[in-house]
Formats: sequence, C-alpha cells, structure tokens
Amino acid sequence: MVNLKGTVYRVSGPVVTATGIKPAMYDIVRVGDERLMGEVIQIEGEYSIIQVYEDTSGVKPGEPVENTGLPLVVELGPGLLTSIYDGIQRPLEVLQDKMGHFILRGVDVPGLDHSKKWEFKPLVKKGDAIKPGQVIGTVQESTSILHKIMLPPNVEGGKVTDVKAGSFTIEETILTLDNGAKVAMMHKWPVRKPRPFAEKQLPTIPLITGMRILDGLFPIAKGGTAAIPGPFGSGKTVTQQSLAKYSNAQVVVYIGCGERGNEMTEVLTEFPVLEDPQTGNPLMARTCLIANTSNMPVAAREASCYTGITIAEYYRDMGYDVALMADSTSRWAEAMREIGSRLEEMPGEEGYPAYLSARLSEFYERAGRCTVLNGGEGSISVIGAVSPAGGDFSEPVTQATLRIVKVFWALDAKLAQRRHFPAINWLQSYSLYPEYLASHYAEHAAPDWNETKAQIMEILQKEAELQEIVQLVGSDALPPEQQVTLETARLIREIYLQQNAYDKVDAYSSLQKDYKLWKAILRYQTLSGAALKMGATTKELTGLAAVTDLARARFEAKFEEAYAAAMKGLENAFTEMAAKAKKHEVLA
Amino acid sequence: MAAKTPAAPAAQTTQKEYRTISNVKGPLVFVQKTHAVGYGELVQLRLPNGQTRRGQVLDTSGKHVVVQVFEGTTGIDNDKTTVKFLGETIKFGVSKNILGRVFSGAGAPIDGGPEIIPDDYRDIIGAAINPYSRASPHDFIQTGISTIDGNNSLVRGQKLPIFSGSGLPHNDIALQIARQAKVRGTDEAFAVVFAAMGITNEEAKKFMGEFERTGALKRAVIFQNLADDPAVERLLTPRLALTAAEYLAFDLGMHVLVIFTDVTNYCEALRQIGAAREEVPGRRGYPGYMYTDLASLYERAGNIKGKKGSVTQFPILTMPGDDITHPIPDLSGYITEGQIVISRELHRKGVYPPINVLPSLSRLMNAGIGGHKTRDDHKKVSDQCYAFYAEGRDLRGLVAIVGKDALSSRDLQVLDFAELFENRYVRQGRDEDRSIEDTLDLGWELLATVDEKLLTRIDKKTIEQFHPKYKKAGTPVKAH
Repeated sequence: MVNLKGTVYRVSGPVVTATGIKPAMYDIVRVGDERLMGEVIQIEGEYSIIQVYEDTSGVKPGEPVENTGLPLVVELGPGLLTSIYDGIQRPLEVLQDKMGHFILRGVDVPGLDHSKKWEFKPLVKKGDAIKPGQVIGTVQESTSILHKIMLPPNVEGGKVTDVKAGSFTIEETILTLDNGAKVAMMHKWPVRKPRPFAEKQLPTIPLITGMRILDGLFPIAKGGTAAIPGPFGSGKTVTQQSLAKYSNAQVVVYIGCGERGNEMTEVLTEFPVLEDPQTGNPLMARTCLIANTSNMPVAAREASCYTGITIAEYYRDMGYDVALMADSTSRWAEAMREIGSRLEEMPGEEGYPAYLSARLSEFYERAGRCTVLNGGEGSISVIGAVSPAGGDFSEPVTQATLRIVKVFWALDAKLAQRRHFPAINWLQSYSLYPEYLASHYAEHAAPDWNETKAQIMEILQKEAELQEIVQLVGSDALPPEQQVTLETARLIREIYLQQNAYDKVDAYSSLQKDYKLWKAILRYQTLSGAALKMGATTKELTGLAAVTDLARARFEAKFEEAYAAAMKGLENAFTEMAAKAKKHEVLA
Repeated sequence: MAAKTPAAPAAQTTQKEYRTISNVKGPLVFVQKTHAVGYGELVQLRLPNGQTRRGQVLDTSGKHVVVQVFEGTTGIDNDKTTVKFLGETIKFGVSKNILGRVFSGAGAPIDGGPEIIPDDYRDIIGAAINPYSRASPHDFIQTGISTIDGNNSLVRGQKLPIFSGSGLPHNDIALQIARQAKVRGTDEAFAVVFAAMGITNEEAKKFMGEFERTGALKRAVIFQNLADDPAVERLLTPRLALTAAEYLAFDLGMHVLVIFTDVTNYCEALRQIGAAREEVPGRRGYPGYMYTDLASLYERAGNIKGKKGSVTQFPILTMPGDDITHPIPDLSGYITEGQIVISRELHRKGVYPPINVLPSLSRLMNAGIGGHKTRDDHKKVSDQCYAFYAEGRDLRGLVAIVGKDALSSRDLQVLDFAELFENRYVRQGRDEDRSIEDTLDLGWELLATVDEKLLTRIDKKTIEQFHPKYKKAGTPVKAH
C-alpha cells in the first residue's frame, strides 16, 4: 500500500481530524511534525478521525499526517518476558534511556530488542512439511520459559528448504520455505485481531491461586474469566498482585491500565526478587508487564488491554497456561468513554459508549482453554479488576462484565475496614466453574473435597441468617446449638477465609492446607455439638487455647507439625471437658 | 487582574492580533479565521479597556479556535477585543527564589516582593513520570498525629488526601501536619508548596498567619486562588504548584510537601468548563475525563530513581453531604494511595483531630514501618487496635438495643477499649507532637486494659517484648 500523506484539519485533545489520507479503519497514522502515533477510529467522507497515543499539545491544523496503511501491531518473539511496556508496547526502560525520567513524545521504539542475539535450536529439518502454528524450534527466553518459535499463523505452510541453528537476532531469517517465505524469530500481529486456534475446550482444570477463599469456595478454571469489582481500598490490586505472584500459570501478563504509577514500581521492585512457588525462579522470569498509568495518554490506555491479550495469546499458542490480570477494566472503559465523547457519539448509560458491552465481551472471549493450531493445548485465564463508581455494583461496567465472566469475586469495603483480608464477600461472590472442576478436585485434592466445601458454605450461609437475629437480641439469647454454629462460622472467617498476603508463609496456601483447615474447623463443630449434649456450656467451648494454636499454625513454616499439635490439643481439650462433665453427673 | 507572570520569551514580533471573536460563552471564546494555531497554545486577549487576560486553546481547526479564558470573560466583546496566540504552552518561571513567595492562582507574584528572575521556564502540564523511573516510596514521615503515624502511616512520595466535610477542622490538621512533619533520623525540614483553590479570604489569612507564626513561610511557596477569583483560573493553580514542587524536589533535591485545598472547588471548575463546552457529562454532571484529569495532578507525587528530592501530596477535599461515594472523593480514592477520613461524629464529641481510622487507609504503610524504620510491633499494634475499635463501634449499636447487661465480658472489654481509643489515642492537642514511640506505647497502654488472651492479632513474642505487664517485669523495650 502507498503511504498517503494528508494534513491535520482539527485538534481537540487526543482526537485529531485529518484530511487527504484515505485510510482504512484502525490504520496507524503518523500525526504532525513530530510524527505522533495515532489510530484511525472513524471515517467521515474526506475526514479521518484519529485517536493519538501521545500528548497533542502544540499540534496545529495544516501539519502533515501520514498513513502507514498498517493496523496497530505488537512484535512477538523472544524478549517479551521480564519486559515492562507502555500501552502500545514501547519498552519503558528504553524510553527512560531515550528521554529521561519523564515520558515525552515523538519517540518510536520497537517492542523487542532487535540487536540482541538468541540461541535458536531448530526442531524441524530440511524437507519437512510444516503448517502455520507449528513449532519450528526453541529459544531459552528466561530461566522459566522455553520460548517456542512457531510458523506464524499469517504465513502459509510449505516444505522447509533451509533451516539454521545458532545465534541470531529476531529479524534474521532462520528458516525458508519452498513457497519463498522467509521466517524469523519475530513476527508482528495486529492487536485487535484474535489469534487463531484450532478448537476451544471446556475448562476442567482449576487455576490454583494459593488464596484459600478462591481455591476452596470460588475457584477459577484455567482458561476461565473472573471479575474483581470493589470500591477503592478494598484490595483489588493486592488480590491481583497475589494472583500474579502465586497462581500456577506458567506465564503472567499483568496490565496496569490507568492505575497508580507507584503500584507498577512495587511490582517492578518485588517481582525480580520474589520466587515463583512453582519453579523457584524469579517471578519476573515468567512475567510481562504493561503499564499505562492514569496520567499517561488515554488512547494508549485504550490499546493496552489489546496489547496485553495479544501477547497472552502468543504464549497460549506455544502451549502454555497464561494468566492475564487487567487492573482496571473500568479505566479502560473510561478511556473508551473519553474518546467516544470527543467524537460526539450518542452515549449509552452514564455517558459510556453504547458499544461498551460488546467491547468487553470481545475482550473476555479471547480467554479460554484451547487446542492450538499445532495440536497442543494452552489456556488464557483473564482476571479483570473493576472499579465501580461509588462502590455501586449496579453501574454499567460492572454489570456488562458480570454478564460475560463466570467468576465474581465481590470485594467488600466493610470487610476491608475491619481488616478482614482478602475482603472478598463470601455471600455475594460466585463461581460457575465447580461443575467442571469437581472431579479434578476429588481426584487431586481430597475425595470428599466437594462435600466438605458444601458443609463450609452451609455454615456461612447459616451464620448470615443467625446474625440478623443477633443484631436484635444479642448472641446470648440464642440456643446453645446455634451459638456453636456462630462460633464455627467465626472460625471459618478468621482461620480459613482470612489470609495475610504480606506474611511469607500464609501468603500461599496449598489445597492440602485448605482442606486440613476445613476439616479442623468441622471437627471443632462436631466435638462442640457432642460436648453440649454432655452438658458443657457455650462459655467452655469458646476461647480454647487449641483453637488459637490452630489459627497460629497457618503462619508456621512447618505447618504439618503445628497443625498436628493443635489438633491433638483440641481433642484433649474436649476429652477433658467430657471427663469434667461426667464428674458433675456423678456428683449430681 | 493583570497577568504579570513572566511569559517565556517568544518571537513576539511575528504574532498577529485578531479581532475575529464570534462567540463568547461562559469561560469560552470562539475565534474565527486565524492562522494555524497549535492545540494547548497560550492565548493573550486584550480587552477594550486595555486589560489583558490569558487563555488556552481547547480546540483548533481550520474553521475556528476555541479558547478557554482563565481569568474570566467579563468585559470581553466580539467587536473590539483582540486575541493573540503566543505559539507555546503555559509555562512557569522557576528559580530557587520562589521559596518564601506568594503567587496568585495564575502564577503572578502578589506579595509585593521583587520580580523573580527565572532559571528556567517549565511547562505546567507536567509529563508523566515513567513508571520504570520511579523509586518505591518507603521513608516513614512522622506527623506527630497518632491516628496517622500509628495506623495510616505516611511515606515520602505518597499522595494521601484528607476527605473531610464542610465545617470540619481539616485545615487545622493540614497545618499541624505541615508544621510537624519530619523524617526520623534527619533534621531535614520539608519545603511546603501550598495551593489554595477557591477558599475564602479568611481561610487564606489563617494559613498565611500560621506560616508566618511558625516561620514555615521561609521554606514555603504559596499559590492563592481565592473564592472570588475566576473559577477557571483554578485549573492552573494546582499545576503551577506542582511545577514549582517538581522543580524544588527533582532539580534542587528538596523534600516537598504539597497541600491542596480544596480539590472540590477545583472539580467544580472542571464541571463548569465541561458544561460550557456542551460535553457529554459523566456522573452528577462532572466530565467523563475527571478521573484522568485528577490523575494528572495526583500522579505527580513520587520519588525518582537517583534523585534526592521527593514530592509528597496532601490534598484536602470536602465531601459534598459527607458522602464518600460522591464522584470527587470516589475518583480521588481510586487514584491516591489511601485517604484520611475526618468524622463529623467524632468532631461533635469534641475529639480533635476527629480522624476516623476505620475508613482511613494508607496503602504504602507496610513499606514504611517496622524494624529499623519505626518499631517491630508497629503493624501488629495497629492491626489489633483496628480490630478492637471496629468491633467496639459495632457493639455500641448493639448496646443501644439490648443494653450492656446482655454483653459478654469480652464484649464489655472491647466496648471500653473503643471509648478509651477515641479519648486517649485519637484525641490529642493541636500542638501535641507525639513521636512514633509515644504513639505505640500509648497503643499498648490501651491494649493492656484488655485480657491478654484476646490479643489474637499479636504474636506471643511481640507481646512479651512490648506489653506493659512484661515491660514492668524488667524486660527492656528496645527502641530502634
């Protein structure tokens, strides 16, 4: 395509109108003397409306505009992991070298390092017939990830006429096909176009997160979608970061979309020193960060989610389990609203564009567990934070999201205020995956996992009902059995649901540990019920030292030992109680 | 008001003056048939009476240019008023001599002092700090206020707003913080950049008086946009203040505390412009881009790798109707690193500072406390106080219905704790500067009134080291 040149007609914030470029929708254009990067988002006769990814101050009508004829693409190849990018895949580290500590404009940097050499080991040989998506060789990208170089899906298959092994840059040809195609380790892919796969599969394997309330009560599947809505200060970001740290995904893409700069700095300082609980390697070795903070250009914020999910799809195609965190999708929606209002579009609810819901579904639909083109299997789990205005879940972004996602982790300001963390409300939250995951849990965690979980949920439900009465008459007025239920529920809340993300040991909890805690609490309930029958008072049942020991066992590096000791203490306490009760009976 | 800000020297001679204003609408002026004007360019308008005003280009096209006038459109006509486009964006002349000076909300010195000869002109719309270049904030700032230091600790480079309501003593608290704030182990005083946005003359006088009384004025830069100054000027004031703060911090290596009051007035001005531009409004009529706009202020707090100085922000906002879900506190809370919430209930009870710790939060607290920064027991004391106080307040509701008799002994202890917490821990004098050790010891004193078995958030070792009971027994408390 010929690069057509035109001129700027109008500038209004991040939206620029140009004439004379005859673009197609979503073509990338260069705006003004500084060649700012922009994307065509509307065409009206001779006028093309462009959203510009950089600050437009000083751009004048009459300045040149050039159409590249290409859509917004990301560079895919070795080097993505351990990187931190802005919303349009410009590496922030390189931007710092080029323009200092502040983000200026007009700097064009490729997403990947084009001069670095990688050791390529071919897996195909001359004469092999290969298809798009097929793995042609590998590169050790980081300590954690073996990067599989694939024949890009947009290159036609054929017979290998030449293949090289050795050290190459990502641009050098490593393989040629009989149809003339020259393949390098890097290829480009338009971000708004989902990458192809062979077939979607049902999500039957859980993504283990290490968070007790999630793994136990509201699990997400590998390839699943989840939303975390919550008012400010309820712990969205801490939850997202915990998931990025401890979930058993192989690759993590973390998008900081319109959020705080200091939070990204925190991730950047923590992740290189934290260990991946799965492999023991630094967490950064499996992570790709995208940071378009709240004060960086909104148009690039709009693009950031697409950039992130395209990178995620690329690793899925290699057969990896990818987890993508988007924090926060509300800021993404607001970027759409801002651009939409500059276009003077007819708004939908609360000023958001009418296509909000369609865009969100398209995005979440790119998640999933798939058979990929080469026959392997990979998955993308998408976990999106939502920041509802005023903490009101009835607002459009939360509602549109809940119609699509299968897991809802409702954060609750009231819980956060009492320092109950993670502040996930167990009555409001839900997961639709357990029907697919039940057999996996029964097989891999514990045979009666699902029944035990049902018991726990029932106690919590019961507590909610009883609490309403307690609010009116106080807990002492309840019959002893119900007081035991309340006490058991309190233990579930304090020992099981609460988890300290800042404690070295407690931050990650295995399924075995979750299950043991459940069993311990249920054991307490059974023993208490029996003790009541033998004439024990509720006062004797509360404040047992063994229960405090159980709570503390969570923080012990040698959990098994501490747990066994606490359980022994619990059994002893009740045996003593029974003995005492018997004595009373004899005396009476 | 005549704008006397040193405008950056530009090629003045080639600039044309236009007399082609077609419409004047609220703060906006529409100019026809101009040369190609850049987006965001600074504009100078000359009124028929000889006055000059300044404005900024909001929309530019071949057809017309829309100018937002900062100092009000009173007296602008579409016949004799002339418009000049200055070919560059709004800048502020910075120099170390801005310390101790008072500027108008548009950046002109108003204290009668000498002209400032700038070392440099800085664009007031600051560029975003590259997230890769930021350094994590972790230096504990001692404000001398227990509820902040003990439970919602502030660190250098943080942005921690005060969410208040009309009629509450937020200004006193801000002044107390400005007066007492220090980083432990250093004698370095903070430079204060104070931006008044739409506050009354009386309030401004009070601030000035305090700054003079305590000698803080020497290390302060003050920008004043008062209630009777043009509302649109309010869009400039915080940006000028932050430009000054960034210069002091990142060029001169100072630690700067920026106080804004009142952000609510700023947002009102934003809404006013949005309405004049006939934009599609978001919630409660505020523009849809208010989040981004506020972020462009709040995100200018921080530390930069390899630079000595820092910018810490203390914005004050009054929540309309004390409603924390109102768009202004709501959007602020989503951007800032926590919030200090002032409570009308505590204020009515006569508690100063009436800070309600329950909805208050400092997101960066964990990075700034513990071990060599404050003390090992800090986090645990804070958590335990939180838990008891939250429970105690709930119990008050229950007592109102069923009476104290229905409470268990545990409940009674917690109820009493909540009372003591408000009266001993939260309450302090306006000039009382408590060290963090004093605050934590006070916390222990209150916790000691509760049965030791109930201190479930504190581990045994910490209890043995810091609990007054053991301390008296002779175990020395090691202060770091």
